[in-house]
Amino acid sequence: MEILKTIFITLITTTLINNVVLSQFLGLCPFLGVSKSTKSAGGMGGAVIFVITISSLLASLSYTFILKPLGLEFLQTIAFIVIIAALVQFVEMFLKKKIPSLYNALGVYLPLITTNCAVLGVAINNVTNFNNGDFSPLQTILMSVLTGFGTAVGFAISIIILAGIREKIQFNDIPESFKGMPITLITAGLMAIAFFGFKVFI
Amino acid sequence: MKRCFERLFNGLIKENPTFVLMLGMCPTLAVTTSAFNGFGMGLSTTAVLIMSNLMISALRKVIPNGVRMPAFIVIVASFVTIVQLVLKAYVPALDKSLGVFIPLIVVNCIILGRAEAYASKNPVLPSIFDGIGMGLGFTGALTIIGAVRELLGSGAIFGYQILSEKVFTPISIFILAPGAFFVLAILTALQNKFKAPSATNIEGEKLACNSHCATCVGRQSCINHQLVEKQKQEIAERERQEKLKKAEELKKAAAAKKGGNE
Repeated sequence: MEILKTIFITLITTTLINNVVLSQFLGLCPFLGVSKSTKSAGGMGGAVIFVITISSLLASLSYTFILKPLGLEFLQTIAFIVIIAALVQFVEMFLKKKIPSLYNALGVYLPLITTNCAVLGVAINNVTNFNNGDFSPLQTILMSVLTGFGTAVGFAISIIILAGIREKIQFNDIPESFKGMPITLITAGLMAIAFFGFKVFI
Repeated sequence: MKRCFERLFNGLIKENPTFVLMLGMCPTLAVTTSAFNGFGMGLSTTAVLIMSNLMISALRKVIPNGVRMPAFIVIVASFVTIVQLVLKAYVPALDKSLGVFIPLIVVNCIILGRAEAYASKNPVLPSIFDGIGMGLGFTGALTIIGAVRELLGSGAIFGYQILSEKVFTPISIFILAPGAFFVLAILTALQNKFKAPSATNIEGEKLACNSHCATCVGRQSCINHQLVEKQKQEIAERERQEKLKKAEELKKAAAAKKGGNE
């Protein structure tokens, strides 16, 4: 029961309360750029869920079993960015060869994620949060994967909501200077205020 | 030497990475809760930018073209690690408040953008000055945005209380997450209003960082630059046309007058 409770709380915290885009400002570029239609936003969200979950697993594995025992913790930034870049390439090749249907749905968005700051940000946050001695190595890895998954779902939720709003906004009467980017930013700001409401949960 | 000063001016004003090219939006929005944080983030980025420009420009003939992106990323990541360790040792307070955004300098579009667009094609000295100019432009922009947010959100700048609580009730939303979006929205709207060429108001829909940090790496800052140049040309062309039209009308009017007199 205790485990289920932890899982539930972690998921709620990462998706809604500490939303990756709206309260941590990671992954803003795809959030603002690929949110013109709900379809592409969904594709982007799917690809991000896929990549962040796998990359947080790999990052925490390599940190726990390679960097930490060797005392090379300070190399984490270099190690993670190389792992993420390689992973994205690999995932793309694998999907193309083995699961073409999934590749068709997510393929275009995969290369865009290589240097999405959310991916690296989540990996680094996991390492700093779960390596303070409170967790056993196995718990560290499981928590990292869970956090990664939750964060990515949070990203997907917010990008799809923004895309939905932007599709409606097109037909609205907006002051000339606010057309385009400014109104999108204001929408994002209002969404951030709305997501602030989730803070009362803790 | 003239070229070096030109690079400085270019980075600070003409192609300011934040206001004109709109690169590196994540740190711009995230760390500008106070002027000091913005200043610190700007200087850290400047340090990384100068060193990576120096290194990449020095190695530009050694690095094979096919693997240049991974090579750049590893070079930048090494310098970011150095800066991070230095900050941890000497300015722990700043390191704490910037948090994860220090290691995230690696994926900042400005750095890889400059590496690809300038340092990998030019000699060492101008590349260093390019780094200094771009870095200071970024620092200035972050400090200004940070100061505005801090002033509105808590009535202070750099921690010094300027507006007392009696005359001004702080609008605390401006130092929270939503305030960042609002400040940037208003900034962009002003640029639209005054038709200042910037990468955001080009086609109404496109953000300069053009949607994704990944493709932005490298090509993007060139693309932004081209977009801004194109827009400037269009404005100039329109003005020229209007002038011609006016001149023609004047001529016509003059001719009509002449005809009437005869």
